[in-house]
Amino acid sequence: MSVLKIKDVSKIFANGTVRAVDNFSLDVADGELVCLLGPSGSGKSTLLRMVGGFERPTSGLMIINGEDITHVPPEKRPTGMVFQSHALWTHMNVFKNLAFGLKLRKVAPDEIKRRVEGVLDLVGLGGYGTRHVAQLSGGQQQRVALARSLVLEPKILLLDEPFASLDQHLRERLREEVRDIQQRLKITTLFVTHGQDEALSMADRIVVMRDGKTEQIDRPDIVYREPQTPFVAGFIGTMNLIEGTVSNGIFSKAGYSTPLPVSDGPAILAVRPEALDLTVANDNAQGKVHRVTDYGTHGLVDLELLDSTRVKAMVSHPDLFRAGQGVRLAPKAIAAYRDNAVIHRA
Amino acid sequence: MATLVHRKTDWTGIVLAVVLTLVIVFPLIVVGTWAFTNVWRYPSVIPQEFGLRFWYQTLARADVWTSITTSLTLATTVTGISALICLPAAYAFARMDFPGRDILFFSFLAGHAFPKFGLLVAIAGIFLQLNLIGTFWGVVLIQLVGTLLFMIWIPVAAFQSVDRRMEEAARDVGAGPFRVFWSITLPQAGPTIAAAVLLSFVGTFYETEGAWLIGAPQVRTLPVLMISFINNQPVIQYGAVLSVLLWVPSFIALMFARRVVNSGSFARGFGG
Ligand SMILES: Nc1ncnc2c1ncn2[C@@H]1O[C@H](COP(=O)(O)OP(=O)(O)OP(=O)(O)O)[C@@H](O)[C@H]1O
Ligand SMILES: [Mg+2]
Repeated sequence: MSVLKIKDVSKIFANGTVRAVDNFSLDVADGELVCLLGPSGSGKSTLLRMVGGFERPTSGLMIINGEDITHVPPEKRPTGMVFQSHALWTHMNVFKNLAFGLKLRKVAPDEIKRRVEGVLDLVGLGGYGTRHVAQLSGGQQQRVALARSLVLEPKILLLDEPFASLDQHLRERLREEVRDIQQRLKITTLFVTHGQDEALSMADRIVVMRDGKTEQIDRPDIVYREPQTPFVAGFIGTMNLIEGTVSNGIFSKAGYSTPLPVSDGPAILAVRPEALDLTVANDNAQGKVHRVTDYGTHGLVDLELLDSTRVKAMVSHPDLFRAGQGVRLAPKAIAAYRDNAVIHRA
Repeated sequence: MATLVHRKTDWTGIVLAVVLTLVIVFPLIVVGTWAFTNVWRYPSVIPQEFGLRFWYQTLARADVWTSITTSLTLATTVTGISALICLPAAYAFARMDFPGRDILFFSFLAGHAFPKFGLLVAIAGIFLQLNLIGTFWGVVLIQLVGTLLFMIWIPVAAFQSVDRRMEEAARDVGAGPFRVFWSITLPQAGPTIAAAVLLSFVGTFYETEGAWLIGAPQVRTLPVLMISFINNQPVIQYGAVLSVLLWVPSFIALMFARRVVNSGSFARGFGG
């Protein structure tokens, strides 16, 4: 059953020119964690803020548990939001930050104490109640912000790049913690990020957004393996996108050609670096090695086709390649796109 | 490292300190000394006789006590009303968009950019017709105008620097707009607003032009009384005692301001 239903929602900002969210629809199932992934300005925050009630949709419907909440103010919605800048109330200590919402709900004081302490334990901050916000590290502040939402047991948890301001190491740890907590509490979650790692490692499903529109909604492994559009292909992981033409079943681009069983016309060939084999070739080379980077476990070869189109290939023996060398390309798995859609996959 | 560097004498600093001392502290010391002097005749550098004689004489006067009460009541009333009017207005300026917002906001500054006395005379003319001359509420009204600048501009800055996300987070956990203002916005902007209230209180306490023009002689504040003392009685000590009395609110204000500034919340109020 879908807990959250977003139906044809658009948001045009007051100045009338920016379509931040454009006819967006999404169903989120009970207990699911959905990541909204997209480049800066793609409308992720705007969408999340509309679910939280902080922005009003220009058109469309928002439904939570079968109830139309499109015009319900944030304080009456069963959603809990965690902001990027934690937004903790600096004039209150940790306990009071967590207790504020419970007090508004007229929960009895000893019950408040019990629940606040329970949630602090859950986020690994047991005993931190009397601390002031300024006395916490960035990671602890973000945990308190999460706890402040969790303590009210919201139906839907909304997170807007909650770890963006933290360092890589801490970010990875918190990511796992949040995923653990989310699965333990089975809380339906919408998570905004522009980090593909974050989305791939946490999400049950990923929504890839671009200019306020959906590009693809799928499980992480599918989004990675079978991107529906060249944009998704280029945005998730590293992908070589080679623009060329097909004629008589052969795709060609500047001296490089490969069979592609589609009708004649332009096409974009997509190959992951790890799916591209290279062989050294002195005669009839298709490209030239530009740079070789050795990562220890594997190597990455940057090469140029004859017209200087850049292509990356992952190799297991980087020491076999030298800058300036001629190479031939042998893709093991390809996809081809035309008019923003997949026309071939092999 | 620091021990190796020979500290150069900071002449600019010394000159500045000396000048500041002469300009600010010296007159204060002279007035302060006069207040506790019974006899001090030329050409002696220090008074011939110290004592509290003039304090007894000054504080024995009924008009001094009346004016102290008047001044305190006035300053409290004006500041209170000003807060009631200005704080919501400042919030509106900081958070809402309405037609004429910028012009209205700027007009508060413009009102202070020109000599005030002309404005006061014009207002006095109007008050005369309204029978407000010589009344307590007439003085309240005229002094209210003087507080608008502090009580709008400073709180606007304070409200603007409150993080919108904090307010949204409060909405998110179930607080309505008024509760958010009361529990989040006001406490966050609090220290800076307290400074504005203080400034307005002290400013009103010392205000003389309006108080004299509208209030005198029926409503006499402490500063107005002091001026009439100085004008009518060439005894320096009376004026000196009164001005020492007038320092009291300043000292209290400074002590409070120090606490606020030290706590860092003042700087935060200004987005520091
Ligand atoms: N209050 C606003 N007024 C006008 N335009 C806005 C407003 N908020 C967002 N926008 C515009 O809407 C578009 C989407 O913004 P949004 O913040 O949703 O993007 P985002 O995907 O969250 O980006 P980021 O990854 O940088 O946070 C942008 O073009 C932005 O400039
Ligand atoms: Mg955003």
